[in-house]
Amino acid sequence: MLYFSRWKAAAVLLTALIVCLFAVPNFFPERTFQALPKWAQRQIVLGLDLQGGSHILLEVDANAVRKEKLQSLADDVLRVLREARIPFTGRAVRGDRVEVRITREADLPQALSKLRELSQPLGGLLSATGQRSIEITDSGGGLIQLRPTDAALTERIRQAVEQSIQIVDRRVNELGTVEPSIQRQGVDRILVQVPGLQDPTRLKELLGKTAKLTFRLVDVTGSPDEALQGRPPPDSELLYGTAKEGKQPYLIKKQVMVSGEDLTDAQPGFDQRTSEPIVTFRFNNNGARRFAQVTQENVGRPFAIVLDNEVISAPVIREPILGGSGQISGSFSVEQANDLAILLRAGALPAPLTIIEERTVGPGLGQDSIAKGKLASYVGSLMVIVFMFVTYGIFGLFANVAVAINVAMIFGVLSLLNATLTLPGIAGIVLTVGIAVDSNVLIYERIREEVRHGKTPITAIDAGFTRALATILDSNITTFIAAAVLFFIGTGPVRGFAVTLGIGIVTTVFTAFTLTRLIVAWWVRMWRPRTVPI
Amino acid sequence: MLYVIAAVVLAIIAVVCVLVVIGVIPHLRLVPDDTKFDFMRFRRISFPISAALSVLAVFLYFYHGLNFGIDFVGGTLMEVQAKSGPADLAKMRTTLNGLHLGEVHLQQFGGPADVLIRISQQPGGEEAQQAAVRKVREALGDEVDYRRVEVVGPRVSTELLAYGTIGLMLAIVAILVYLWFRFEWQFALGAMIANVHDLVLTIGFMSVTQIDFDLTSIAALLTILGYSLNDTVVIYDRIREMLRRFKRMSMPDLLNISVNSTLSRSIITHVTVTLALLALLLFGGQAIHSFTATMMFGVVLVGTYTSVFIASPILIYLGVGTSRLAQGEPEPEAKSTTKAKV
Repeated sequence: MLYFSRWKAAAVLLTALIVCLFAVPNFFPERTFQALPKWAQRQIVLGLDLQGGSHILLEVDANAVRKEKLQSLADDVLRVLREARIPFTGRAVRGDRVEVRITREADLPQALSKLRELSQPLGGLLSATGQRSIEITDSGGGLIQLRPTDAALTERIRQAVEQSIQIVDRRVNELGTVEPSIQRQGVDRILVQVPGLQDPTRLKELLGKTAKLTFRLVDVTGSPDEALQGRPPPDSELLYGTAKEGKQPYLIKKQVMVSGEDLTDAQPGFDQRTSEPIVTFRFNNNGARRFAQVTQENVGRPFAIVLDNEVISAPVIREPILGGSGQISGSFSVEQANDLAILLRAGALPAPLTIIEERTVGPGLGQDSIAKGKLASYVGSLMVIVFMFVTYGIFGLFANVAVAINVAMIFGVLSLLNATLTLPGIAGIVLTVGIAVDSNVLIYERIREEVRHGKTPITAIDAGFTRALATILDSNITTFIAAAVLFFIGTGPVRGFAVTLGIGIVTTVFTAFTLTRLIVAWWVRMWRPRTVPI
Repeated sequence: MLYVIAAVVLAIIAVVCVLVVIGVIPHLRLVPDDTKFDFMRFRRISFPISAALSVLAVFLYFYHGLNFGIDFVGGTLMEVQAKSGPADLAKMRTTLNGLHLGEVHLQQFGGPADVLIRISQQPGGEEAQQAAVRKVREALGDEVDYRRVEVVGPRVSTELLAYGTIGLMLAIVAILVYLWFRFEWQFALGAMIANVHDLVLTIGFMSVTQIDFDLTSIAALLTILGYSLNDTVVIYDRIREMLRRFKRMSMPDLLNISVNSTLSRSIITHVTVTLALLALLLFGGQAIHSFTATMMFGVVLVGTYTSVFIASPILIYLGVGTSRLAQGEPEPEAKSTTKAKV
């Protein structure tokens, strides 16, 4: 147990040294750190609870995605059957399916084959699963039911989440914050973490808007008041103006002239005449052409700019707008105009996002936490170090050296993994110091026992290590299991605790098995002790 | 002045350490050599006491309940700091109660300017929680600094509670399986009883003190589980070794020897853990206060007691070592086996 070949000793020391060295970049100033080669640019990241910032968990509204999918399927059915000139009745969305009744029995085979064209094979060419996107059943009596398959819906939700992540990313980056992180979590969730953000109100407003922009004509055949009492015309709907304008009702055509997808740019600005804040926008070719066409045909009539089912403004078309650009004025404040421009540039979300969790820590609290964590670590370490000195003398010194290297290695591994250090994480390190000391205590107490049993110093030390190491392994594996479970079930701060505890256990076992033994072996070789001063 | 005192104290400590290392001052001995306490006799007292305390803890859990934090029941938590002078709690309470947000709980937190505001979960789903935060921010305005704002919606809180419970169960099962592989099944069972006992008592403690029960509490419970198992495993390791060495010794005697010979290690280790926890408790701040307080109770008070007075004697009842007595093998010389190993 006490014999180390020269190679083995060198390997142990080199491993410890390299791991410790990875902790060094943490102490570099920013500029030196940037100058390092890429592989060495590894640092411990402070958790949001320590550096301050916002953690916002969003959920994509899967129901809205489902509903939209069904609605677009219903539209497809309409288009296909009209193109094929097949008469039908009772086209409707019922529960999780679209139903349509073919009027003439004779048309049924053709209708079925046309509708089957809508159903696409899933999974692309490479991973064809044989599943299709729509399940079509002939329920007899000319009734056809079309149901999007679960696989197709899951795929659509996955796409919606992917798109949402991109759009959220663009919106958050527009805020000009430092290194925001946007990650997918689970199936339908998005985690947004913005370090240093003190008041997430504006961020939340930006994230909470779907930003679906449409330009539509105002229905002038009926008045909104009539629609309020009875039913609006079938191809129009009743929408309201902004709260600032007193939530005025408008009757708006359902058909969309141009939508936000056709925008290429949007910028905040000021109206030259009224100097009101406005948003100027520019259409792509397709949008510009259609906008020109519609405005040409409808001079003198009002059209509406609708954002998320709210009428922002409803100006009258004075002349055809041919240039492909325009402006939105809706008695905005400067910030509102700014935010609207951001939203329009970033694009619309495929489905609404709901905030289901928010945790914001101000920078003051974070700094307090770091200061307190540091103080607690210093005091705790000092007490433990002194206690080990007075209990074990020279062996206490060995233990303290081993524990110090152990802690340096924990920081090294944390940096290597670019791990996040949270306040519970600091607690984890302090506890690891306790565990690391315990491994030394186990070894030393065993040596003392062996000495009492009348063994010579060298045999006692040897036997002490052999017996104690088995115990250390057993006891640390059990704690490691607890840490691993914590890591997999935990989120945020708890995970940070699990990470430092887990790494701490590994480094503790490493130091107990190699470094402590190496130090004691050297000491024995140098001093040839006749008694063990333990 | 403070720094001078600190420097002097540190210097004295350093000198003492050096003197101990070079051998001028004898080492500190917390536990004398060769103790012969009859721990096993205490099982007639410790088992009923533990059983009674466990029943009490379960009773407390159901009738007094835990102080569930927003992680598990949803709602909003805000830590605010008055910008000028100490916070006027009464005035804030009136302001916030005027918002009609259901149960609003205010509490001094740390310094006199710091206030912790807890708002129970709002009816009306995820959006309603956000609306509540907006209202509070508007009501308190710029008079305070918002040091921390946490909003947990109904969906997340349900999941967190489920994950927490599942995690705890998983950890217990995983550790049991490991112990089963490393020892005999009786040891695994004994360790499980001992550890469930620890967890139950700790939950009782949390119920009595009404410490916040949140995600970090789950972390604390798991750490207590790990630590107390650590301790139990160290003693079990020794018991297993003794079982191999002394084939004819009676079980209570054998357990006594095992516990006594690991006593010094148990005490010293717990002193160091206590020192580390004490530092966290005194200087770690409010944010980890409930975590360290729980750990202190679980690891230091319950864990140590359990491994000595519950985990070890329970092996007698689980029938460890009965088979070897029935076989009546001759007892080999203790020394020869140890020599063979060296």
